[in-house]
Amino acid sequence: MNNDKSKKIARISASYIVLIIFSLIALFPVVQVFTISLRPADRLLSTSLEIIPKDASLNTYKILFTERPFFLWLMNSTLIAVVVTLTGVALASTAGYGFSRFRFVGKKLGLLSLLVTQMFPATMLLLPMYIMLVKLHLINTYLGIIIMYSATALPFCIWQMKGYYDTIPMSLEEAGRIDGCNQFQTFYKIIFPLAAPALVITALFSFMSAWTEYVVAAQILQDTDLWTLPLGLKSFEANMGSEWGLYGAASVIVMIPVVLLFLSLSKWLVSGLTMGSVKG
Amino acid sequence: MKNWRHNAYVFFLVAPAFVILIGVVIYPFLYNIVLSLSNMSLAHIRDWKIIGFQQYTKIFTEPSQPDFYVVFLKTIIWTVVNLFFHVVIGVSLALVLNQKEIRGKAMFRTLLVLPWAVPQLIVALTWRGMFNYEYGSINLILTQWFGMHPIAWLKSPLEAFIAVIITNVWLGFPFMMVIALGALQSIPHDLYEAAEIDGASWYHKLKNITIPLIRPVMVPAITLGTIWTFNNLNIVWLVSNAGEPSDQTHLMVSFVYKAAFNFYRYGYGAALSMVIFVVLLVFSLVFMRKTKATEAVY
Repeated sequence: MNNDKSKKIARISASYIVLIIFSLIALFPVVQVFTISLRPADRLLSTSLEIIPKDASLNTYKILFTERPFFLWLMNSTLIAVVVTLTGVALASTAGYGFSRFRFVGKKLGLLSLLVTQMFPATMLLLPMYIMLVKLHLINTYLGIIIMYSATALPFCIWQMKGYYDTIPMSLEEAGRIDGCNQFQTFYKIIFPLAAPALVITALFSFMSAWTEYVVAAQILQDTDLWTLPLGLKSFEANMGSEWGLYGAASVIVMIPVVLLFLSLSKWLVSGLTMGSVKG
Repeated sequence: MKNWRHNAYVFFLVAPAFVILIGVVIYPFLYNIVLSLSNMSLAHIRDWKIIGFQQYTKIFTEPSQPDFYVVFLKTIIWTVVNLFFHVVIGVSLALVLNQKEIRGKAMFRTLLVLPWAVPQLIVALTWRGMFNYEYGSINLILTQWFGMHPIAWLKSPLEAFIAVIITNVWLGFPFMMVIALGALQSIPHDLYEAAEIDGASWYHKLKNITIPLIRPVMVPAITLGTIWTFNNLNIVWLVSNAGEPSDQTHLMVSFVYKAAFNFYRYGYGAALSMVIFVVLLVFSLVFMRKTKATEAVY
């Protein structure tokens, strides 16, 4: 019995050690970003491993807003991310409902093609759409980037919404119909509020992808005035010697909202994802 | 009258979906096929023409820099190594975290999910900084704490490849952990109690209860993870700074991206995209079928 008890204690302590080591590994790069942002300008490239550097200062944050077009990029990113999120939620919530509730020609093929898009390499949609945008003269415009982001995020969002609507029983709509709602009312008064968790995930997914996307933006937005935050971040990183501190500070500002959103919603994210994939 | 209104309503809901599908999936996909059969490039953007399967034969037979087959093999290694660590680390952490005696579960869970929450752009650029030869914290830790020689991470192909893998392992394990945790929580507790009464060891419980029961959830997650890893452009592109040193670190996706957007070889890029797509499609179909077939044994 005593042997059992000491075995158990050994197991639990080993578990804590594993958890603590991996938590530190998970935390380390994030802490790095904070450390870099606090370094004074003359010690950007330091060979010390302190978390809070000597003579830490918030000066880089000030430079970011006063001497760089960071505020402009912040506004650009916000505008683009908000429009993409609204478009994504509006289209995915109705399209997902259509796919979940009605029978029509081409439904199966449509659903299958949504799933298959997940296997497309990035260039598969990027290249044709890029050429299309060139021909429509939408390169270097907000509209171009908004179309691009909505297009790449939508298939996953529709699939996600459809999977969630499938779990809401049909009898609720029938009950609504009996109570005198018309079809549209049953959708937006009964089903739509019930699908809130999936809507939140769809919104989060669209917002995060638009807020942090770099590769597509680099092709479409060439004018610095139109730049989004990720483009600005990358330009600071490219001058690692002189602007590494600005990179840190900008990263902290870009990261905080999405990390907080993600962590507070991660519970829903998981149920939404597993449901989608298990049912798929 | 009523029937007409019903149809109009269905049309109203479904039509946007169809327009979107045609606009953002079917049209680009078909256009991509046409491009892959054409000679379109920056020089031939207006006067392009269909040239048949020449781009495909070029991919498989013409020597390229870097070599197509080397890139392909590297992408397979990249995917397998990443998935192996994602699943092993993810599931192990989930098992550790799921023990009933552990306190502070919510805190550990939040900390461990962090790599997934941080935007990939920042993950990639920060790790790139951490792999810096003189000032990066990885080398500082290696030299100051372990007394090792610094490693020239981003200067040579093999080390750069390892650096990209380390970054992506860090990024990817939380997804598997979270999925596994969800699956573990749904296993009824009395199964373990019954096994304990029968004197089953830790290993037997893992092999005969845990693994079979989390399988149905893990298989789709692994399929999805494989596709995401195979197709992850952000990490390899940004950590290796577009293929440095001298295009030696490319994976399939970054190779195509470079061909299409840096060298403006649109036809060639489209053909390569098709090759990647077919590889992934075949993999997913075979993997899902195989794992389902073995599932029936239980």
